[in-house]
Amino acid sequence: MAGKFFFIDTTRCTACRGCQTACKQYKKHGVTKTKQYGTYQNPPDLDGNTFRLVRFSEHPAKTNSMVWYFFTEACRHCLKPPCKKKADQILKDAIIVKDYGAVLYTKKTKDLEKSFKAIKQACPWSIPTWSKEEDQIVKCNMCYDRVEAGLLPACAKACPTGALNFGEEAEIKKLANEHLKAAKKKFGGKGEILDLEDVRALYLIIDEQVKYRPVA
Amino acid sequence: MTNHWIDIRNSDCILIMGSNAAENHPISMKWVGKAMDKGTTLISVDPRFTRTSSKADIYAPLRSGTDIAFLGGMMNYILSNDKYHKEYAANYTNASFIVGSKFDFKDGLFSGYDPKTKKYDKSFWAFEKDENGVPKRDLTFKDPRCVFQLMKKHYSRYTPKTVSAITGTSEAELKKVYETYAKTGAVDKTGTIMYAMGWTQHTVGVQNIRMMAMIQLMLGNMGRPGGGVNALRGESNVQGSTDHCLLFHIWPGYLGTPNASLVTLADYNAKNTPKTNDPLSANWWQNKPKYMASFLKAMFGEAATKENDFGYSWMPKVDVGTTYTWLDIFDEMYKGNFKGFFAWGQNPACSGANSNKTRQALAKLDWMVNVNIFDNETASFWKGPGMKPGEIKTEVFFLPCYTSVEKEGSITNSGRWMQWRYAAAKPPRGPKSDGDIMVELFEKVRSLYESDGKFTDPIKNLRWDYVKDGKYDPHAIAKLINGYFEQDVTIKDKSFKKGTLVPSFAFLLDDGSTSSGNWLYCNSYTEKGNMAARREKKDPTGMGLYPEWSWCWPVNRRIIYNRASVDLNGKPWSPNKNILEYKDGKWIGDVPDGGWPPMANKEKTKRPFIMKPDGVGSVFGPGRVDGPFPEHYEPLECPVPKNLMSSQRINPVAPVYGTEADAHFSCDPRFPFVGTTYRVTEHWQTGILTRWQPWLLELQPQLFVEMSNELGKLKGINNGDMCKVSSARGEVEAVAIVTGRFKPFKVQGTTVHQIGLPWCFGWVHPKDGGDSANLLTPSTGDPNTRIPETKAFMVNVDKLGKRRA
Repeated sequence: MAGKFFFIDTTRCTACRGCQTACKQYKKHGVTKTKQYGTYQNPPDLDGNTFRLVRFSEHPAKTNSMVWYFFTEACRHCLKPPCKKKADQILKDAIIVKDYGAVLYTKKTKDLEKSFKAIKQACPWSIPTWSKEEDQIVKCNMCYDRVEAGLLPACAKACPTGALNFGEEAEIKKLANEHLKAAKKKFGGKGEILDLEDVRALYLIIDEQVKYRPVA
Repeated sequence: MTNHWIDIRNSDCILIMGSNAAENHPISMKWVGKAMDKGTTLISVDPRFTRTSSKADIYAPLRSGTDIAFLGGMMNYILSNDKYHKEYAANYTNASFIVGSKFDFKDGLFSGYDPKTKKYDKSFWAFEKDENGVPKRDLTFKDPRCVFQLMKKHYSRYTPKTVSAITGTSEAELKKVYETYAKTGAVDKTGTIMYAMGWTQHTVGVQNIRMMAMIQLMLGNMGRPGGGVNALRGESNVQGSTDHCLLFHIWPGYLGTPNASLVTLADYNAKNTPKTNDPLSANWWQNKPKYMASFLKAMFGEAATKENDFGYSWMPKVDVGTTYTWLDIFDEMYKGNFKGFFAWGQNPACSGANSNKTRQALAKLDWMVNVNIFDNETASFWKGPGMKPGEIKTEVFFLPCYTSVEKEGSITNSGRWMQWRYAAAKPPRGPKSDGDIMVELFEKVRSLYESDGKFTDPIKNLRWDYVKDGKYDPHAIAKLINGYFEQDVTIKDKSFKKGTLVPSFAFLLDDGSTSSGNWLYCNSYTEKGNMAARREKKDPTGMGLYPEWSWCWPVNRRIIYNRASVDLNGKPWSPNKNILEYKDGKWIGDVPDGGWPPMANKEKTKRPFIMKPDGVGSVFGPGRVDGPFPEHYEPLECPVPKNLMSSQRINPVAPVYGTEADAHFSCDPRFPFVGTTYRVTEHWQTGILTRWQPWLLELQPQLFVEMSNELGKLKGINNGDMCKVSSARGEVEAVAIVTGRFKPFKVQGTTVHQIGLPWCFGWVHPKDGGDSANLLTPSTGDPNTRIPETKAFMVNVDKLGKRRA
């Protein structure tokens, strides 16, 4: 199977959080007890029930006095996943990569509890989570069962605005380039695709990355 | 919607004002996005920077309750800078009509006002007519008494400086919005408005929308692809339920409810059927007697005869001069004038304005039936906060019912599409469908009437053939809504057999030979089948009309008033947006608003706005109870001592209720901040469906109150602090979201702060979620519709010592 990619155009995201919820629904995830703590972003971070999280960030700006950015965060499914590299040093093939690129944490990650911190630190975005319920390391699995059955991942299927897209490498990269061109035209030359050469989840942003998500 | 969701993509400029589409109508943003991909400008006007604003090219804040001032300024800009669509305005609107000499406007009051009754005599606003009884016109707009000139004078008062001092929007922001939107007055351009409860829920609600309708008419945006006046309905079938007489003042298909003075059907028809002397006006409502007779035949079937006025006297009438709206119902209930109440599929203890009054009112009932899918604040009101269950006499019956996805039937969306749905999931054992509950209820009532009861005719004679195998049959009712031939009949050389379905409302008659439960839906379920169940993806015009996907009222017309989308010769105003064109003697494209040729054919044509007696769009609207031109008035509760436009601070005909639960205060130091309410994407209405859904509750777990950084500083409130929000009528506890998305307004030289809260929470579940924001809102509303003014009122906010447990 050829390589699969996500493309996320943050300029099209309205933070309806259909992706975040569809993920939970498809995976029949449990619920994280939350409280309102001064933002719409909830749960506060990725967790054992939350493989995809829409981050809300507001900043003062020249145009329209401010901006409110939405960033649907999940595993990027790296082409050379550093989490796997790290895990392989401890337990070979606890983390596997499918031929189409899905990075999967197998049941074997149960035995990586002691190394979990190191594996999480290996990820540039601190995505991996230790799930007490599952008793293993967890994160987005690209809905591999759906994808292998020819379906879209639940998140991409749910997105109403065309912000979150999924497909074959060529088609997704073409789409990303078109959107990048349009964004640059619209936002006065601003716009970039993050980590284009390294990941399978391509994000288009029009401002500094740190304004969308915490950057280490 | 005069247009439909997909058509938003055809717009050159989209104004989202009085709604927060990204939040409340998330899918609509798909079409907004498609338009923006092609270079369309999105404008968001909202007191608060919202998820919608985050996607907008232009954002302008305004203080809640000042939309007419904002839009009045836009009208002033359009007229004084010649930005309007001249040919359209002259031919398709009443801008050229001469207004009678009795019309006047002075210091916030139109002529005809009676201060004693607080009512207008609308006859003061009539048009001047010629010897044939047709309104006089001046197509050059020069006559000082023509609508155009009167309107220009009226809105010349709405200067940017004055508007800015009222709305709190800066003059620069106003200019930017006005200039951008007014560009859609160019002949080939169209602009659209997406509005919702942010416009309707005010003491000037109807006039907010009229103001925009006037702008759309002057810019030539009505009836055209990418144009129109588009109400985003707040619930998936609100359009359908309104069409089928959700409201007290109309029967199905917008037939006015008779009052008690109209004793016979002839009286009703004489009073309610509009007339015109203009040979060019189709005056479609002249057919009302046909629709009325067909409706009564649908109600009473064989028992409805010409001799008994088709059972007209069996139908309930309203008392002259009495209104029966939501606010009136709960006012009377509060006063102890109701014995029983069905709260069917609703949660008034949270959804209505002034919830404390509503909750107290429920305690005055003998009995209440709540039909719902989960426990809620209405069903359990008697054990709610502040209630003493031992002292409440109301007997409450809770009937669990199916959800919408557990039953077959239709919904009609905002775009007027009637879409048939199959049952998607099997319901749990125990609950019943609404239809089955109604069938059982009625059959019990009828059996009781068999042995006893007064005035049994309406019960005895009610047409009642909707039950199949002991179950409510949605197809049977859908067919009757369409209508049947009740006898063999020949119309326009076509013969129809008794018992067959009527193909369209053009075939309905006033002699009892046809039935139709709702004339607007005649054509939806015909001998060709259930039109609403169609799922063909053909798009012959390429403009997204999809004429064979579901069915759209009226007669599958996807854009209403579409004959205004073409010029006098029948060519589209925008050649690149062709939904309808007159070619070789016939119309091609959408179902035209009548088959008459375009206006250039002076002998055979009819004017395009066929539902209006004069055949044109009403820039001057003499039919509303609060004036023919929208005028800015402050909300009932406002932060300013005077209205900068006139000495009438509030709408002079706005309803005010007088019980002790109806307290209201303006410019009171105890309630210094403007408050507003709204919804969130994650919860549905009062939250009954969603608060019990753990994934959604996880996203929005608790009531919050949003306020500016400046107000947070002023009140010593930090982001995440627990606060108390109070008004003259109640209080709620809410978590503060202190944000740059709210900013203080400069109003009349002073600083005005505004806060906002969602109304989706309630005390029943979750226990730590907070209660309804409607505990704060006032019982007043629009004088035409009496929709409550929940979008602008006065509050205070204080930090609470500690978080709620």
